[in-house]
Amino acid sequence: MSDASGPEMLGSCPVPLSHPEQIVLGHGSGGKLTADLIQRFILPAFSNPYLDRLDDQAVVPINGSQLAFTTDSFVVTPLFFPGGDIGELAINGTINDLAMSGARPLYLAAALILEEGLPTSDLQRVLDSMRAAAQKAAVLLVTGDTKVVNRGKGDQIFITTTGIGVIEHALQISADRARPGDKVLLSGSIGDHGMAIMSQREGLEFEGTIESDTAALHGLVDAILQAAGDAVHVLRDPTRGGIGTTLHEIASRSQVGMELQESALLVRDTVKGACEILGLDPLYVANEGKLLAIVAADRAGEALAAMHRHDLGREARIIGEVVAEHPRMVLMKTGIGGSRIVDTLYGEQLPRIC
Amino acid sequence: MKYLDEYRDSRLARGIVKEIRRVQRRPWVIMEVCGGQTHSIVKHGIDRLLPAGIELVHGPGCPVCVTSLELIDKAHAIARRPGVILCSFGDMLRVPGSECDLFTLKSRGADVRVVYSPLDCLKIARARPDKKVVFFAVGFETTAPANAMAAWHAKQQGIENFSLLVSHVLVPPAVSAILGSPHNRVQGFLGPGHVCVIMGAHEYEELVVRFRVPIVIAGFEPLDILEGILMVVRQLESGRAELENQYVRAVQREGNRAAQRIVTSVFEVCDRKWRGVGPIPQSGYRLRPEFRAFDAEEIFKVGDIATRESPVCISGLILQGIKKPHDCPAFGTSCTPQNPLGATMVSAEGACAAYYAYGRHLKDADNAAALK
Amino acid sequence: MCLGIPGKVLDTFEVKGLRMGKVQFGGIIRETCLEYVPEAQPGEYVVVHVGFAISRIDEGEARRTYELLQAMDQLGELEAEPFGGGRVQ
Repeated sequence: MSDASGPEMLGSCPVPLSHPEQIVLGHGSGGKLTADLIQRFILPAFSNPYLDRLDDQAVVPINGSQLAFTTDSFVVTPLFFPGGDIGELAINGTINDLAMSGARPLYLAAALILEEGLPTSDLQRVLDSMRAAAQKAAVLLVTGDTKVVNRGKGDQIFITTTGIGVIEHALQISADRARPGDKVLLSGSIGDHGMAIMSQREGLEFEGTIESDTAALHGLVDAILQAAGDAVHVLRDPTRGGIGTTLHEIASRSQVGMELQESALLVRDTVKGACEILGLDPLYVANEGKLLAIVAADRAGEALAAMHRHDLGREARIIGEVVAEHPRMVLMKTGIGGSRIVDTLYGEQLPRIC
Repeated sequence: MKYLDEYRDSRLARGIVKEIRRVQRRPWVIMEVCGGQTHSIVKHGIDRLLPAGIELVHGPGCPVCVTSLELIDKAHAIARRPGVILCSFGDMLRVPGSECDLFTLKSRGADVRVVYSPLDCLKIARARPDKKVVFFAVGFETTAPANAMAAWHAKQQGIENFSLLVSHVLVPPAVSAILGSPHNRVQGFLGPGHVCVIMGAHEYEELVVRFRVPIVIAGFEPLDILEGILMVVRQLESGRAELENQYVRAVQREGNRAAQRIVTSVFEVCDRKWRGVGPIPQSGYRLRPEFRAFDAEEIFKVGDIATRESPVCISGLILQGIKKPHDCPAFGTSCTPQNPLGATMVSAEGACAAYYAYGRHLKDADNAAALK
Repeated sequence: MCLGIPGKVLDTFEVKGLRMGKVQFGGIIRETCLEYVPEAQPGEYVVVHVGFAISRIDEGEARRTYELLQAMDQLGELEAEPFGGGRVQ
């Protein structure tokens, strides 16, 4: 088509970026790229009935008992951030993965990869935090390993923690058990951890007391299970990718739809301010001390009350419900009364200027 | 947050929508120019609130989407050079060039850093005198004053290891090109609120007179956009074509003089190629000769770049509002945010990405069937 | 483009010859360049884009607009049923 009065209005586009031949940071973001990595590489390599469930932990039978078994790596920088540090994260994160199956966390192992040049005072601080977190959670660190890599080959400290716990109930708690009519409960505010980290990131620094919410959640889980028992269908801690990604995952696994209320979400002033100026969506920002519980409607009130009685659940609320319509799609009624779909995060959420 | 939350009030939103319904008699096609407005519309579900007769189409207000492939390839070439720290706004990192994106280059060892403010680049330049710090200066007129200040201040302070790769684009020529196209369907505009904060209103007055089309300069919060739409509809229903300002709390007629002064002392208008659209004369900024020492294109002599475009996606038609994202057969299937075919899917601001993120890749009636 | 967020100026100072200020957004504070709003004083609100204040918010105009919107809301009768019937559309 030609246009005498102005430039040619053609469509044109670049060569598509198909499967990258290298790992990019987005593969660690917890969103679609991560899921893609798991589907393309991890599952084909190791597929078995336990792994294939892709829960945050595996529940395996050993000599008549049900053990929960999990591992997680922690690579955060900066090492020390408002509200915590990598050590505390490493302990709480693995405890939480166990807790989400309703297991009682018992023992942890920790593998440290230290970068040459790391001040031993930093190492001491991290170890002290790990000890304190383990003590607080009544969990024992029973074995571990330490390696050192050349300067430049590791980001100060990487920590991998592996945990085992015991399942002492007969409940079925899993990402594929959400059912239409269930209520979606969230234990508190969103976005605190991710924005606490962001506030320390070079070039994006800002002042303000955004603290990481890192916490061990097994006590809160206990309280919920005591109150609502087999009405509790799903438990998840929305870490990387935020509640948006986590709820989308649950909806997919359970083959159900969800409807959320934006007005029910709690976002602290500080987190909100930071998200607004950077153009980030709190729905997709990581949390380290919060959980989502999907509970049958008739016991949801009891579960909520139990959360309110617990230190880590004082600000818990019902943020939505599971529906039969639009399976695998999570919708949200927005603050002004419109509606939007909550998709999964695809890569790292980046600050924007638009 | 003051001046934010109250403009997201649901009761007042309903009030405006009711008034729009009361006033509207005929169907109208309205375009919002700015990517930030698109984002807000889709994030808050604003278009779902409007009566069926009002069609919102999304314009080319996404500087990330429209940055030419050549310039992106130049940025990549510079990032690859040893001793270079390439600084960029977050939006640009995932935009594909002919071969890959800045994220991929970073994974291969290039020093690519996200900055929030252009002044952060100067901090980096001062801290690393051994490196060449290059700032990928993109944006519309809103960002030009900030980018200009980085150059201006660097010159003043004698920071020699800093330069800019400039890819500024201007809104009025784009609106002009859209309105001048024989395929144009747009009958009214929401003008770009923050661009007008800087530039003032007079450029849009000229457009109103030339094309006899109502333009309402609007802000970005839901109430701003809804009120802006109401004002456009009122004009259209009464056959008026005027320039109005909805964003009165921030936009003044003459714009921001202090900002304009620095911009004109650092930049000059030039022709620019818009990705997905083509070259539009006098539609961009480049550094003035006095700032040649800060021009990364000069310093790095990236020269002729062979770019590869393939005519699969319809970004160009979407950028002009002629097509919607879901008119494109590739949308949501072979073209997704993690595998973008075109500019409008790449940027979080692009119409396709906004549509995808907020879930319009499934037509309302066919949700269940469309899901595999 | 144009992510511009309103913030409150807390104080102003000079850094290497540039007029800067501490601006508060919700609960956080960010150093912001105030060169383009030379008349902005502590206590006033500005619109900030990529670390630069680009405009002062005119409180009078803001109030006027808001009152107009509130008047519009009160004009028609308020319907009783919740918007969209309480279900997400």
